[in-house]
Amino acid sequence: MIKLIKISKSFNGQKVLNELDLDIDPEEITVIIGQSGGGKSVLLKHIIGLIRPDSGQIIIDGVDIANLNDKKLTETRKKFGMLFQDAALFDSMTVGENVAFPLKEHTQLSGKEINKIVNDKLNLVGLDNITHKMPSELSGGMRKRVGLARAIALDPKIILFDEPTTGLDPIMRDSIDRLIVSIQKRTKATFVVISHDIESTFMIAHKIAMLYQGKIVAVGTPDEIRSSNNSFVRRFIKDLKAGVRDQGSGVSSQESGVRAC
Amino acid sequence: MIRFLEFAGRPLVFFVEECGKILLLLLSTISWMFRPPFRFRVMIKQMEFVGVNSLGVVLITGAFTGMVLALQTYHGFRMFGGESLVGATVALSMTRELGPVFTALMVTGRVGSAMAAELGTMKVTEQIDALNTMSVSPIQFLVLPRIIAAILMLPVLTIISDFVGIVGGYFVGVGLLKINSGIFMAKMIEIVDLEDIFNGLIKAAFFGLILSLTGCYKGMHTIGGAEGVGKATTQAVVLSSILIFISDYFLTAVMF
Repeated sequence: MIKLIKISKSFNGQKVLNELDLDIDPEEITVIIGQSGGGKSVLLKHIIGLIRPDSGQIIIDGVDIANLNDKKLTETRKKFGMLFQDAALFDSMTVGENVAFPLKEHTQLSGKEINKIVNDKLNLVGLDNITHKMPSELSGGMRKRVGLARAIALDPKIILFDEPTTGLDPIMRDSIDRLIVSIQKRTKATFVVISHDIESTFMIAHKIAMLYQGKIVAVGTPDEIRSSNNSFVRRFIKDLKAGVRDQGSGVSSQESGVRAC
Repeated sequence: MIRFLEFAGRPLVFFVEECGKILLLLLSTISWMFRPPFRFRVMIKQMEFVGVNSLGVVLITGAFTGMVLALQTYHGFRMFGGESLVGATVALSMTRELGPVFTALMVTGRVGSAMAAELGTMKVTEQIDALNTMSVSPIQFLVLPRIIAAILMLPVLTIISDFVGIVGGYFVGVGLLKINSGIFMAKMIEIVDLEDIFNGLIKAAFFGLILSLTGCYKGMHTIGGAEGVGKATTQAVVLSSILIFISDYFLTAVMF
């Protein structure tokens, strides 16, 4: 469904993505992990066409979106929903208006039908009776839930998550993780999650892809990754757990073993 | 010498670059103008923000500009017995120049800065990216209604400013300085043409375009957090004001 082929991207001469290849299977949760500042968000924004690659192809349902014009790209984006790191709720709108926004923009539904969908989606993410509240009145976890309700409002085939558990306390983090898993089971959509949180990753992922120095260096199921004896994978996980930045970590993509890319 | 020229020319190059990018945003906005959906409700809301909410500052600025103009010209004209021309001078200055320019500068401070701050905050909190991911053009949803509202409302505010300026001038000239009311009005009607008022309103519409386009451009290109929003806001006001003064000269040269 989603295929990234030799994607390269540089900013001010610094290479962030370097001939990156990745296949993302449909109806699964794929988690891309990597260290902070390693290009995870840039990769996610390539998938939805917010950033165009310097070279390479991004195939979504058989169509290369890397070179689509704005009009066609806008059409393609209707297949996507996205939950941003800080939810990116429109702060001039109420919670209800936020969730209703994509429905009002892209459907001909009546106000009554839209209200019903808004309430259904908010219930699905575990929120009740908050449609009238402003985003500024919500906690971090609630904002993410509302962001998720907005992302799934149009029942998209692909949902992208930009560090969904960053900035949350452990209890809220587990709650969001469980929500991601349960919503994926219900919607059967393709979920692409980027994270540097290894515990969350093992909890929610069907497949894990490791991003290091602009490339996907290893891909595997959580069990494969967890039980891997490969020194590179083990050090990668250890570094992520320790929150160590990649400079000077000494790991080499040559050492990778678990379905190394 | 070359180093000095490089150093001295850098701000000029930056200024020209900024103007070019603003022009590109304008072209993009025009291309979205004729594509549905047409967001009348958002536009009306912006018209209220730009027009109705700016009324207070425009009334005060316009009235006192007319009053001080009458006071200054009276003392100058009295030296050669030309007090009868005070009314005409106030009206001509207000309609041609001071009404449009002062209104635009006040609205820039109030509205242009708010546009840059609002869009800048949306940019740094990824709300503009969120619009894009929901297949909604930020230019059509955010920029276009603001620009149309400013182009429509600036002439309305300018008419009001012209009117209260002339009333203020009348109050000072006739009420305080005892210029004959009939002469004050007669000279004003004799010298001021409808074209003067009309050209002033065209200027105002153009200034509305400049201040809204610059505010939106600075907001849409904000980087960094709160500091970035602050910088964008300041730059929007400074750049708009400079562009208003520069374009005022050229518009005046062409129109009058």
